[in-house]
Amino acid sequence: MVQASLDGILLGILFALIAYGMALQWGVMNIINIAQGDLVILGGYIAYTMYLAGIHPAWGVIVSPIIMYFVGWALYKLVINKVVDRDLFISILATFGIAIVFQQLMNFVFGADVVVAQSEYGTTMLFDNSVTLPNSKIFAAFISVIYAIGLVIYMRRSRLGRAIRATAQNARAAKILGVDTEKVYAATFGINAALCGVAGALISITLTLHPYVGLPYTVRSFMIVIVAGLGNLPAVALSGMGLGLFEEFADYILGTEFRIGAVFMLLVFILVYRRFKLSKKREYLK
Amino acid sequence: MNKLVKLFITSISAITLALVSFTSSFAKVDGEYIVLGSAISLTGKYSSNGVHTQNGYNMAVDRINKMGGVEVQGKKYKFEIIYYDDESNPKRAAQLAERLIKQDGVHYMLGPYSSGLTKAIAPVTEKYKIPMVEANGASRSLFTKGYKYLFAVLSPANQYLEVAIDLAVEKNGGKPVRIAQAFEQDAFSQDVRLGILDAAKRTGSEIIIDDKLPKELNDMAATLAKVKATKPDVLVVSGHTKGALTAIRQISEMKVDVPMLAMTHCDAAKLSKQHGKNSEYALCASQWHKNLSYKDKFFGGGKKYDKDFKKEFGYAPPYQSAESSAALLVFKDAFERANSFDRDAVRDALKDTDMQTFYGNIKFGPGGQNVAKPMILFQVRCKGDTCENKVVAPTKWASDKFYHPIPKWSERS
Repeated sequence: MVQASLDGILLGILFALIAYGMALQWGVMNIINIAQGDLVILGGYIAYTMYLAGIHPAWGVIVSPIIMYFVGWALYKLVINKVVDRDLFISILATFGIAIVFQQLMNFVFGADVVVAQSEYGTTMLFDNSVTLPNSKIFAAFISVIYAIGLVIYMRRSRLGRAIRATAQNARAAKILGVDTEKVYAATFGINAALCGVAGALISITLTLHPYVGLPYTVRSFMIVIVAGLGNLPAVALSGMGLGLFEEFADYILGTEFRIGAVFMLLVFILVYRRFKLSKKREYLK
Repeated sequence: MNKLVKLFITSISAITLALVSFTSSFAKVDGEYIVLGSAISLTGKYSSNGVHTQNGYNMAVDRINKMGGVEVQGKKYKFEIIYYDDESNPKRAAQLAERLIKQDGVHYMLGPYSSGLTKAIAPVTEKYKIPMVEANGASRSLFTKGYKYLFAVLSPANQYLEVAIDLAVEKNGGKPVRIAQAFEQDAFSQDVRLGILDAAKRTGSEIIIDDKLPKELNDMAATLAKVKATKPDVLVVSGHTKGALTAIRQISEMKVDVPMLAMTHCDAAKLSKQHGKNSEYALCASQWHKNLSYKDKFFGGGKKYDKDFKKEFGYAPPYQSAESSAALLVFKDAFERANSFDRDAVRDALKDTDMQTFYGNIKFGPGGQNVAKPMILFQVRCKGDTCENKVVAPTKWASDKFYHPIPKWSERS
């Protein structure tokens, strides 16, 4: 029981980090990024490449976001800024296309083998070896928290952070007041990609990498964001951990085959519930 | 004038069309070449194993052609293969099979990589009555559909880990064992599971954990938590390369102590290389190992094949390559015995195949599966930091002793 909860929470924190990036760009640009998971995996491969070169993969949490920021930025300039003013459907299609291109490119460059990077961090044992915590997972959760906190501070304090928040609230007003929204959008996409990079590097040492496993990460972060709402970091973190917990328990009690099913059931309930709430709100507006 | 041009164009296209159909009707045997067709995964998620398969095919084609080719009715022929990339996509594979047969006029097929793709192609080859020798589709369901033109040189999936349960019972002094198992939800792994269920029933063993791993998941911590709590005698995991890598990573991280760990896809996952010492003592099912003592006149034995393959392609052959090479040997043998290019004669000759190749004995059962070759089990053993796969079962070919039970994590250095 304790084991399942701890596993769930540690995994959830990692998912929350990915979800936070998604929430950020969803809120600012109203783009649902289907390629989110593939950016994560690309970040992971950056760390894996370092591992192959003999550098400890943990350094990936610093190198990977830097590279990924520019990947995100370039992606924005090349594709996203062409669709950012179109409707949601077009942007979903565009990012879906990006996802496919990324998968094929990663497959081409890194091969279709499943790979892992070894952190050699060992394991923490609690309660006389009945509960074990891989140090790599603890490390992953710790780094995720640091990045999340760092990002919150950045968004509050820095000029760019404030510009991003202003654009999220009302892009037109922000533009009138002199915010270069084009730059803000590019930076947002870059920051999102950088967060994916961190998460990817962490996944390379805790889980496994493969060019085609991006989608589950997209789906999961999508769910976390749906549950938490946009632009609400504490809620994203909580819902991430909650989802991780829920998953592990569903797995432990119902069996692994119901794990994903249980999560989707939860999603349906939440969507129904939130819609219920929204419709109430609308009535009030009338 | 205009009419003349039109007439000219029409006649040219008619001639071209006639030529195309002419060549295609003879494409099965084109001059001195016997043309085989194969849709294979060169891109997409199966691309690494697809390439292993293709290399295996090419290696055998080169070797057979160099050593005199195939003799039919006193004339020597050479093999040639037309490849198309199926992008690891079953729908695409079926389309390509149709194209190979209808447009390229191929009359003999080689299988694609993976059970799923073979399943997609088999109905097509069956419909056109095209004999197909496949080397990479092990799913049991391929052999229960009554296909008449499908022949597989490999052992079916349900046999992969049955031996492991027998071994566990033997080590338990002939008494039934308690089994924990986790299988991915795909055709292949579920067939492996059926094999375990059979073995459990036969030995009176009890299955205490029976988890199904979702395809998209790479976390099995919950299953392992249950294993820790229930302490089974054997843990069986099958989920392709991802399953093998995830299992070893999490078992070592969570320090799960289990006396015996049996898996599939260890060599495809390069387990001993990627996880090193953490993978030690894992027991793995394999179709082939270079140390087996089978022989044929084309490749010599397993060790020679291993050496030649390394020279040609720069890496050690996984069993996917070895079985693919064996498929060509089977075709050559069948053509020579049929002494004809008639599809049904070749099919009948294939049915009566009974031969030894470097890869193992090959004899087809009524469903088309190879019934003459047992699966082998190897165990990962380490000396210092280098780990190797040692054959431990069946005893006839075992090069090393099976190490049992696996030492506890707390006792490992």
